[in-house]
Amino acid sequence: MAQELWWASPSFWRKTAIWVTGFSFVVLIFLTFDTVKQITAGSPRVPAYSVINQRIDYVFDEKRNFQVPVVGPEEPLFGQKLSEAEAATLVNHGKLTTQAKNCMNCHTLLGNGSYYAPDLTKSWLDPSWGSKEVREQSMVEFLMDPTDKLHNAVGRRMPNLGITEAEARATVAFLKWMASIDTNGFPANFKPIDQADAPEPATAEPVADAAPVQQ
Amino acid sequence: MSALGILSNANLNGGQKLAVKYFSVAVALFGAQVLFGLLAGIQYLNPDFLFGILDFSVNRMLHINAMVVWLLFGFIGSVYWLLEDESGVPVVGLWLGNLIFWIFTLAVVVVVLVYLLIQVGPGELKSIWLINEGREYIEAPRWADIGIVVCVLAFFYNVAATFAKGRFTGVGGVLVLDLIALAGLYLAGMWYTPNISMDQHWWWWVIHLWVEATWEVLVGCLMAYGLIKTMGVRRKIVETWLYIEVALMFGSGILGLGHHYFWIGTPEYWFTIGGFFSALEPIPLVAMVVHAVFDAGHHKLKSTNNPALAWIIAQAFGNFFGAGVWGFMHTLPQINLYTHGTQWTASHGHLAFFGAYATMVIAFLYIAIQRWRGGVYMSGNLVGAWKWKWAIFLLHLGMITMVMGLLIAGYEQSQIERAIGGSDWVAYFTAQAHRWFVQGMFWRQVGGWLFAAGFVLLAWDLMTIGKRETRPALQHPAAETGA
Repeated sequence: MAQELWWASPSFWRKTAIWVTGFSFVVLIFLTFDTVKQITAGSPRVPAYSVINQRIDYVFDEKRNFQVPVVGPEEPLFGQKLSEAEAATLVNHGKLTTQAKNCMNCHTLLGNGSYYAPDLTKSWLDPSWGSKEVREQSMVEFLMDPTDKLHNAVGRRMPNLGITEAEARATVAFLKWMASIDTNGFPANFKPIDQADAPEPATAEPVADAAPVQQ
Repeated sequence: MSALGILSNANLNGGQKLAVKYFSVAVALFGAQVLFGLLAGIQYLNPDFLFGILDFSVNRMLHINAMVVWLLFGFIGSVYWLLEDESGVPVVGLWLGNLIFWIFTLAVVVVVLVYLLIQVGPGELKSIWLINEGREYIEAPRWADIGIVVCVLAFFYNVAATFAKGRFTGVGGVLVLDLIALAGLYLAGMWYTPNISMDQHWWWWVIHLWVEATWEVLVGCLMAYGLIKTMGVRRKIVETWLYIEVALMFGSGILGLGHHYFWIGTPEYWFTIGGFFSALEPIPLVAMVVHAVFDAGHHKLKSTNNPALAWIIAQAFGNFFGAGVWGFMHTLPQINLYTHGTQWTASHGHLAFFGAYATMVIAFLYIAIQRWRGGVYMSGNLVGAWKWKWAIFLLHLGMITMVMGLLIAGYEQSQIERAIGGSDWVAYFTAQAHRWFVQGMFWRQVGGWLFAAGFVLLAWDLMTIGKRETRPALQHPAAETGA
């Protein structure tokens, strides 16, 4: 038999496999340290939970060439300014609710989950809530008993998941906080609800009536 | 050894007796996956179907969880199947393996019953511990997570101790190291945080590094063993290929994790790293196709087990197209911005999980049934061969129909909802109501029924294949099967 070619030998490829795997893993670990630091709540990319005390918008950034969350003037959720600890407790309750109610097996959050219902990444900013004045209450009422609300023309409805008022308010806080996360421009081309200080004319309607109707 | 064609445990070694238990539960769970997939698919077409009784979220959770667990059971069974053959010694601590099998199975039954009967809980930690963790693919409540870790550790002990006591082949070495990674990674998904970015970041460690790295290497090991068994390919050749595949798989897949870090709050450098390395991920899958097809051609498709060989070849192509091509199509951030979270992902998920993993477990089911029936003939002109041929055909036809239906729905969604509409509520439902979407979902359901028919035929075939055969299995030339 001819002499074995080095590049076709098992030992060469075994060593290559070990080195490549080890190197990739080490690089991943280094990047993970940096990434975890950058996505810890309270960082520029992932704001502290008390951001729910302020207006959150989603605006096109010329320099980065995509939309980014913009934290605006004070606009406390449900009209009540919370301390960092109170805000964290509320958002935590909201996150627990989204998990316990299995939201991700119909919806997507940050684009991950299931595709049976709309993405919730920027749901706080969705124009379908009508106006910013009625948004919070509309969201709470919708979450507590969605079945009788108009959703869409394809006939899909959200079931009644037994969400209490406290859970609904906490979920809204979680959704508002999630809208402040810098998601590198996802979703693109999103047109947020008008949050200008001048009140909208009376045509603005709550979600139950403003929800889209398709033909 | 009992008579040819008769199903008897006397034909099996210790590990294999345990393997067939895992295989039996795996097939039942495969059936559950198909059933709940059909129900969820119907709900897309008729949203009132089972509304308030078994909502889409419950059906979809059961659909994907049944899949994860039946594949895990299939993998664990396959490893027990090859363990004594590869190591040359009886499984160390087999009693523990048997005990763990019953505990694992019982835990799965309890989790499924809770999913079905309780479904959701209050927004408290105890719901996550007892009912449902609410995180896609790893919904199993925390108590079950801990149970899974204990089971996997016991399984790992069986495997590592058996190889350590007997012969550590190349396949065995890769397998043991891979199982360490596989078990360790699961821990990354076992903690709660209110921070959704952090949650998703670690969740992907489990999902991606399982599905696109450690599971791929595991099926690489299974393929190596399968090729040796069905065609008598020389061990040195398959093991060299296995090392090449591991190098390419981990070299691309570990940092390919970054393609899930585009939009979850993680930094922008993942665009470059994730885009680049995930674009390389199809390369090892090409290597696997070349390997399998070359070996099959080299042996002129002469195998001791034609159905198993057919499923191994199906795996090579399914893995390449499902995981490789369908993954590559939307992996770059420039396109993923519009396809992320649409039916495009569902199309990829269906073809990849079936092509890469279901196929390999099915190949092992056929390898197992042959031995279980006393090494019965399963090559050309097999009695009743129409069943396995129609099963593989219907399962593929159904899957391809589903995948194409979902892909067209995904194209439409990424255009209408994402690119034009901007992903808000109105845009979402505008896309869902579009006739291309509705047609896509209709054909997906047709594909689902075809797939279900294929599953029924497969299950029937597995129960009957070789039953009426009186010929013994073909043998490989002895020289090729040696170490």
